[in-house]
Amino acid sequence: MKVRNLSGNKSERVEIPMTPMIDIVFQLLVFFIMTFQIVAQEGDFNIRMPMAAMSEGPPPIDKLPPMVVRMQADSQGNLAQISLNQRPLGVSMQLLHDEIRQVIGDDRGPGSLQETAEVELDCDYHLRYEHVIEVITAVSGYLDGSGNIVRLVENIKFAPPRPAPSQ
Amino acid sequence: MRIKKKNSEVVGGDMTPMIDMTFQLIAFFMVLINFTQAEQDDRIVLPDSELAKPPDGPLDYPITLHLTKEGTVIIGGEEIPISGLQPYLSREANVLRIRGRPLSDATIIIRGHKDAPTGRVQELIKECQSSNFETFALRAKEDVGN
Repeated sequence: MKVRNLSGNKSERVEIPMTPMIDIVFQLLVFFIMTFQIVAQEGDFNIRMPMAAMSEGPPPIDKLPPMVVRMQADSQGNLAQISLNQRPLGVSMQLLHDEIRQVIGDDRGPGSLQETAEVELDCDYHLRYEHVIEVITAVSGYLDGSGNIVRLVENIKFAPPRPAPSQ
Repeated sequence: MRIKKKNSEVVGGDMTPMIDMTFQLIAFFMVLINFTQAEQDDRIVLPDSELAKPPDGPLDYPITLHLTKEGTVIIGGEEIPISGLQPYLSREANVLRIRGRPLSDATIIIRGHKDAPTGRVQELIKECQSSNFETFALRAKEDVGN
């Protein structure tokens, strides 16, 4: 008996419509390309400044007094002079960094100078903020050869603000 | 004479490599897309620092304040003077109180413009201190130039 081919075709290929999928895929691609932005990473410098600390009395005897970094600005707000504990260092961040590194030394761990040392930033009112971040970078650490951060001073605070210059 | 039927085959290009490539491109952009743009502001140009590395984990309760070059604060997309910040800080403090958490859990992230006067940054810190916030984070952009 002859068996009839019910479909009538010999070998019909089942075609999946690809066009809608490709449309959607291209729309997704366009969305991601349009919203893509190369942004530099951001990081934080932590500062702990409770209100009580502003009005508290003399520091405890066993605690080292903070190292005072005084930053003076010229009339344009640029850095004119850095002083560490009233010793002028010019405007060299490297010099400041070396001084701090010398004070802190290589001792790390609980109770070490690195953990207890404190820096107080005393800035002119109109000093541009980027110079403050430069100084904080110089005192808070450095990158070693393999790109890891070696911490120096972690306790950083601001001195009471100086008055705004009269116009 | 018998005429041979011509085979009418649809000529279609091979789409597979193109689709593969497109999916790879989508995967690339999906992985790199940064949805944290919401807390950034184009008006603020952050100062650079080689030590500014992203934190290991998310902050517990961050409050981001943008300080413009002119010394005003942008919070929630609204630009206000530093002296007008109290209601916003009180609201944040109330939210923390309702959640039963101390104010020391909150971190005020200051995204200051690099040319802003430092005195303004200090005024901003003082304003936050008067609302009993005590932990601050000065945000900087990672310096990849050297």
